[in-house]
Amino acid sequence: MADHDDGINRRHALECMIWAGTGVLWTVSGGVPKSLNLLGDAQAAEQSAAGLTFLQISDSHVGFDKAANPNALATLQEAIDKVGAMPQRPAFMIHTGDITHLSRAAEFDNADQVIGKAKLDVHYVPGEHDVIDEDGGKAYLDRYGKNAKGAGWYSFDQAGVHFIGLVNVLDLKAGGLGNLGEEQLKWLEDDVRGKSASTPIVVFAHVPLWLVYEKWGWGTDDGARALALLKRFGSVTVLNGHIHQIVQKVEGNMTFHTARSTAFPQPEPGTAPSPGPKVVPADQLRTMLGLSTVTIASGQRPLAIVDSTLA
Amino acid sequence: MNMTLSRRSFSALVFALPLLGTARAEEEAAHIMIDNFVFTPAELKVKTGTKVTWKNDDDIPHTILAKGGAFRSKPLDTGDEFSYVFAKAGKVDYFCTLHPHMVGSVIVTD
Repeated sequence: MADHDDGINRRHALECMIWAGTGVLWTVSGGVPKSLNLLGDAQAAEQSAAGLTFLQISDSHVGFDKAANPNALATLQEAIDKVGAMPQRPAFMIHTGDITHLSRAAEFDNADQVIGKAKLDVHYVPGEHDVIDEDGGKAYLDRYGKNAKGAGWYSFDQAGVHFIGLVNVLDLKAGGLGNLGEEQLKWLEDDVRGKSASTPIVVFAHVPLWLVYEKWGWGTDDGARALALLKRFGSVTVLNGHIHQIVQKVEGNMTFHTARSTAFPQPEPGTAPSPGPKVVPADQLRTMLGLSTVTIASGQRPLAIVDSTLA
Repeated sequence: MNMTLSRRSFSALVFALPLLGTARAEEEAAHIMIDNFVFTPAELKVKTGTKVTWKNDDDIPHTILAKGGAFRSKPLDTGDEFSYVFAKAGKVDYFCTLHPHMVGSVIVTD
């Protein structure tokens, strides 16, 4: 098996994908990163024409007003403006959680109002900030959980792709990481049973389902069990938020990607005493916020994720 | 009810009030800071009856939940506090339900 072509070896490709910046588009075929380029908008649009395109936004933290971003609602609005200006209309949007900062009704209302302007179907999963109401997630479920199971998990099919939204921010254990729990894992097992291994899978949840940085809690205790249930599929894409920065990796047929926040950046793992809102000069903030466009070419393996900033 | 109050007992009451106040102020109090996703001190030793107050100095909300459920705070936004009086001797482990890698304990002795 050829590990590389065009003189780009696998190690170099992976290095490029980690901490990738604006407009990096990459494809994966049979688990090997192939044809890695820094793309202009035109090329990205061309790629989008090939198949299903959807958007991922994350960590809007509506209600946040501290030094790292005094107006998180305004930057969410900027992200939605970007969506409206896209040359090709995406099929739908996913929001990978932390819609609000404190689960308050007014925060949910404001988020809904701004996100609604994109006039797209939005599939949500909650972040830990969305389930800190008195009833531990009722406010979120009342609003977004109509077709969901348990604490808000669900799946749907679109253009031959099976999408799975998971919840890993509830019933967290002392000293632990994100948590899916037995009931949800059982549901997942049943959900994918009988599906052809050639069905492309996109699974999304708030906290990374893979271990990004244990010391800061950036992982999911039973995430590996969920991934094991998806291992037989030829193409699995794992989309997460929570860490407010892009981290990507490829493992076999699985590709992992975390999205930027629309509210504030967080430090890179280990570069600060703790995670949390990172204060950057005002003129740099928008280079560290953004959203992701995901394209899945029909009938083939390749998948492309383009990250764009608000700058 | 007999509401007569002799001059003597009235003065006794007046003297007793500030004494009560003094007794309250002497009740033990201790503090735990929440800063950079860490409880400081991570292990706090107090006498029974001590009122422990957590204060969140982060720009991110945190919560405090005792393992076993003896107490649970509301989400503490920046600058918010939560207090609990430890009436019984023993060790109580607690953690933040939003960031469960944040753990601490209070050791209470008579």
